Amino acid sequence: MNAPLIGARIARKEDYRFLTGAGQYTDDITLPNQSYAVFVRSPHAHARIRAVRTERARRAPGVLAVYTGEDVAAAKLGTLPCGWLITGVDGKPMKEPPYPVLAQDKVRFVGERVAVVVAESAALARDAAELVEVDYEPLPAVVDAAKARAPGAPVIHDLAPDNTCYLWALGDKAAVDAAFARAAHVTRLEFVNNRLVPNAIEPRAANAVYSRAEDSYTLYVANQNPHVERLLMTAFVMGLPEHKVRVVAPDVGGGFGSKIYLYAEDVVVSWAARQLGRPVKWTAERSESYLSDAHGRDHHTVAELALDKDGKFLALRVRTTANLGAYLSTFASAIPTILYATLLAGQYTTPHIHCEVTAVFTNTAPVDAYRGAGRPEATYVVERLVETAARELKMDPAELRRRNFITQFPYQTPVALIYDTGNYHATLDKAQKLADVAGYPERKKSSEAKGRRRGIGYACYIEACGIAPSAVAGSLGARAGLFEAGEVRVHPTGTVTVFTGSHSHGQGHETTFAQVVADRLGIPLENVDIVHGDTGKILFGMGTYGSRSIAVGGTAIMKALDKVIEKGRKIAAHLLEASEADVEYERGVYKVKGTDRQKTFGEIAFAAYVPHNYPHDKLEPGLNENAFYDPTNFTFPAGTYICEVEVDPETGKVTIERWTAVDDFGKVINPMIVEGQVHGGLVQGIGQALTESCRYGADGQLLTGSFLDYCIPRADDVPSFTVDTCETPCTHNPLGVKGCGEAGAIGAPAALMNAITDALGVKDLPMPATAETVWRALRAH
Amino acid sequence: MSVKVAMTVNGKPVSAEVEERTLLVSFIRENLRLTGTHVGCDTAQCGACTVILNGRAVKSCSILAMQAEGAEITTIEGVAYPDGRLHPMQQAFKDHHGLQCGFCTPGMVLNAIDFVQRNPNPTEKEIREALEGNLCRCTGYHNIVKSIAAGAAAMAAGK
Repeated sequence: MNAPLIGARIARKEDYRFLTGAGQYTDDITLPNQSYAVFVRSPHAHARIRAVRTERARRAPGVLAVYTGEDVAAAKLGTLPCGWLITGVDGKPMKEPPYPVLAQDKVRFVGERVAVVVAESAALARDAAELVEVDYEPLPAVVDAAKARAPGAPVIHDLAPDNTCYLWALGDKAAVDAAFARAAHVTRLEFVNNRLVPNAIEPRAANAVYSRAEDSYTLYVANQNPHVERLLMTAFVMGLPEHKVRVVAPDVGGGFGSKIYLYAEDVVVSWAARQLGRPVKWTAERSESYLSDAHGRDHHTVAELALDKDGKFLALRVRTTANLGAYLSTFASAIPTILYATLLAGQYTTPHIHCEVTAVFTNTAPVDAYRGAGRPEATYVVERLVETAARELKMDPAELRRRNFITQFPYQTPVALIYDTGNYHATLDKAQKLADVAGYPERKKSSEAKGRRRGIGYACYIEACGIAPSAVAGSLGARAGLFEAGEVRVHPTGTVTVFTGSHSHGQGHETTFAQVVADRLGIPLENVDIVHGDTGKILFGMGTYGSRSIAVGGTAIMKALDKVIEKGRKIAAHLLEASEADVEYERGVYKVKGTDRQKTFGEIAFAAYVPHNYPHDKLEPGLNENAFYDPTNFTFPAGTYICEVEVDPETGKVTIERWTAVDDFGKVINPMIVEGQVHGGLVQGIGQALTESCRYGADGQLLTGSFLDYCIPRADDVPSFTVDTCETPCTHNPLGVKGCGEAGAIGAPAALMNAITDALGVKDLPMPATAETVWRALRAH
Repeated sequence: MSVKVAMTVNGKPVSAEVEERTLLVSFIRENLRLTGTHVGCDTAQCGACTVILNGRAVKSCSILAMQAEGAEITTIEGVAYPDGRLHPMQQAFKDHHGLQCGFCTPGMVLNAIDFVQRNPNPTEKEIREALEGNLCRCTGYHNIVKSIAAGAAAMAAGK
């Protein structure tokens, strides 16, 4: 019979096309009569638009049209919506300033779209865009969140005169204050969680076509959730009926959150395609990605941990100012609140936690979810504090963690979540063993003998994934459901096409999901294909983010498979002249218990489509089932990362000597793919801590606008990793899975900064710990 | 001004009238419709546009189509065997999960083939240094490095 498919290292089904150049990314799609759009973007961080003169551009060779803010206002195109309503401590809703698709009257960040030129080629559109003259009246700009809140700061939106979107809090402040009053020790840190640019290697792109004959639109777009894109675009911005819009997210070259959102460019090309009666394609240049993709992180935080004399955590107090940028991106408001403060218990029994978040508008690009989204920031708070507390108390950092680990499940945290299961001692034990922590003192000595400093750092992270129970999300302000949908179409000969609302942009769903399906049905892997990313084919979907695909999307498929198997059982019972209760399904075969009478899955599928001998009085022909699945809880992947660095005191260069990651993702379907997700996440986390920082000048000019100025890690910046897992199955989904996509990026920054500060013997150091930062810290010390 | 360019791409003679300013990558993607060569940046950093030109890996975003006049070019579409079997380096990337979203992959594979031809038995450090001009945001490079080491061994064994 078939070898087990769950837990098997199976090479990916999708690889052949990517390895031979046969992938189809959005920019690879060129339609008959294609035209090309180029956006004119604001060079000012904050300015009033006095006039936009387009006559010269319109007359330029090959130009089909030039549209401005006035045109989209006249067409009554709506503004970009925010999908999550946060209610402030004052009980009032957050401030939601309008985010027009082309600027109206004012621009509020460098790179904001002011006009669009559509021409016969991208080069001609670019030439003509140079001819659009915008008369700006520059206004003072503010890029720093604290400064934006200061009296007299430039006002970015009239409806938020203090530049504040909301002031929000979670937890019991009085209980926290009381616990601090009786603490034996308090550890305090103040730091910035640096702003990052996601930088998927495929830049964003959109190509829209309108059919007059069908009165319908098709939008090809580099996007992680095509149904969400369609819902937001049709219902909230363009006022179109959804059934007249098809959104296709074909092969997508990485997302990391940055392709979740409905962007202005997607709306403008769709609208322009109808105005012109021609397909309109826009593809970002990398510099546009830096200017206009949603950025990540950008928190300023003061955090304090209260401990008793035995090192038990008594309370955690956190004050964060989150920079949201100039406008609210699609899920911006939820990131520094719902996805951040709720994770501050970490893996620990801290009984009292209070977190206050001030979300601020500035003249910078909008900030939204980037790999981990709130959870890396929470982990950084907790794990930097814990490690620092251990050093202050002269305790072993692992031992301090062990004293405070949650061991009883389910566990209700003081910040709203209920952890269903976990085993934090197991991941820490295994990581310490694999990292050879026992041998660390020797390695430190040998580094010191070479004149180098050596440090070790831990991070024991937790994340809430598998978002989300819709009712819970709704009660917290979500304006969308967060279920997932799947459809299993069994063909007459027993092969299967599965349609999933999850979207793969590197995660390997075409393989992992096929393993799940083939395993459950007991049929060969090659008999299963997974289809995703097309609202014209897939019944519905909420898409891929928040490490939700296998836990939510995979479960929806499992539910549909259950229905297929049940229907097949009825057909088999009829054909085998047995009662349904006596028919078992195992490894692709329906059997009458205790007999040798059986029918294969293929025979049942054939009978369903050629129903000559068929229970027509009880069953419809065909074998095609779908399911929607709304989870009952989040999943809680957790793990331990241990990092060892060597620092050259002459140059300040940090070298990562060893990295051990032990994660508990519950059941693992394809370990090879899961390890790959961990590697990638780790390097994004290492990037945050070591090389990456998005910087604006005080005037709001982006100083890090290319791969030359903003350093995403190169191969020789990072090590190879030791990666392993522990399996504590999730208790509330049938696969026992938790999700693995973000873990690396969540745990890595804290582990690395803990190691570097250990090596340097300093309490704190700003991220990224570039050679210059480290060199200066060594000299200040 | 337009100009006629002619070269050999994946063993096939090709020619077209293009604007003088046309980059080689635009010629390959738009004129030849070979869309496996990608554009990931505008500063010659990412390497997604890498092709083999006269035996050396180059970034096709950084030269004009005119400059490739008469050249022999291999793009990712020309790497597998004519019967569709993968080149050993492609196979190594598949076997070792050296790709995720696939966008940087063509450039990675072509650069790896070029590198291994000049350095048939590379160390991990040499492989990492050789990838300096190819950015990947998905894999963390771990499995790309493994893939290239395995691909090098397979190429040396003449597989």
